[in-house]
Amino acid sequence: MSKRESTSKDSGARSNPGVGLVRSEASSELLRELVAHLRQNRTQLREEWVVRISETRLLTAMTKEEIFAEATSVYDSYVEALETEAFEALQAYARNLSERIIPRGVETHEVVGIVLLLRDVLARSLFAKYQTDFKKLNRILDAYEPAANRIANTVAVGFVQERERVIRQQQEAIRELSTPVLQVRERLLILPIIGVIDPQRARQLTEQLLRGIRTNRAKVVVIDITGVAAMDVTVANHLVQTVEASRLLGATVIVTGLSPEIAQTLVTIGVDLGKMNTVGDLQGGIEQAERLLGYKVVTLAEPR
Amino acid sequence: MEVPILKQGAFLIATFQAALSDADLNQLRMALVQQVVKFRSRAVIVDVTAMDVMDSFASRTLREIALMIRLRGAETVIVGIQPEVAFAMVQLGLTLEGVATALDLEEGLAYLIQKFKNID
Repeated sequence: MSKRESTSKDSGARSNPGVGLVRSEASSELLRELVAHLRQNRTQLREEWVVRISETRLLTAMTKEEIFAEATSVYDSYVEALETEAFEALQAYARNLSERIIPRGVETHEVVGIVLLLRDVLARSLFAKYQTDFKKLNRILDAYEPAANRIANTVAVGFVQERERVIRQQQEAIRELSTPVLQVRERLLILPIIGVIDPQRARQLTEQLLRGIRTNRAKVVVIDITGVAAMDVTVANHLVQTVEASRLLGATVIVTGLSPEIAQTLVTIGVDLGKMNTVGDLQGGIEQAERLLGYKVVTLAEPR
Repeated sequence: MEVPILKQGAFLIATFQAALSDADLNQLRMALVQQVVKFRSRAVIVDVTAMDVMDSFASRTLREIALMIRLRGAETVIVGIQPEVAFAMVQLGLTLEGVATALDLEEGLAYLIQKFKNID
């Protein structure tokens, strides 16, 4: 009997070297038989699977119709992955599926759970079919199990990757929203900073501020850090750099709201206070900014 | 590559093109001082809008230009430093200390006019 080695058609094999995808001709034959069986009994097996899904109370966020629709396409993709061993296509499908169901509140354990249920349902049907031929059953399972495990793995990883992508996207959005650069007068910008500044946020702050200076043609910027409890030496240096970079764009920076702790940090790192324009509070800072810009605030004789 | 130096009344305006070699920078430094002498200029504006990177040599040359021109009794303003360039410069510690800066040519001229108005 000639042994023909056939390796997987896609690069999925390279990314998962632990799973041997070297198949003998006999093994490929068995796989074809297995796939044919799964296709023939599609309706019944899918139904069984959907019943098990609701029994175990998974996918409670989805309606029966939605579960049925997704079950159909997952089943078909599962069988196709068994047949073609094209795990990249399956991974793309998993990410696509995740993109749809994550906003619905479906959790990782549910996705892994239903894939494992399908694995079980299909395995049971193989037991039933080949129960009279124990040797053949073993060979069929030898063909089925590695592929089925690979599928469960691929779907789970695809799901988790999609979740991580969403989280990163949301973090980026939060970071941007949390450092608004506000124009309060012609040529005057205010940058109120609240909360914890880590080096990444500090960097993003600086970039946003410099862009804002150029866009608004600002000549004075008031950076208020009343809402910042503490900053470490790295972030304090970032603040100094922000002041210096702003000057290179022709803008003067006034820093307001330094807490005693932050004042201590700045003195400790030896900031040249001649370079740093600071005022006690935001009100004072705005008043000084207005003076620098040549504004004068007068009260009207009669309040309106 | 020669940097064009234009005369605008009592001011000189030198506009950097992108990617100036060290030799270009040296040549510019000499040319600017010579022109300040020749035209008795009161100030020089160096427009670096087109520079998308500023290394330490360029930064030092700009400072030297400012110092040399100050020895002739004239003012220097560097304008048009891009946000990304400014960020990179301060991270390298190139702060152009002691040299006046402005957002762009318009702001640079406004600054100089204001300054000389106060003095005269």
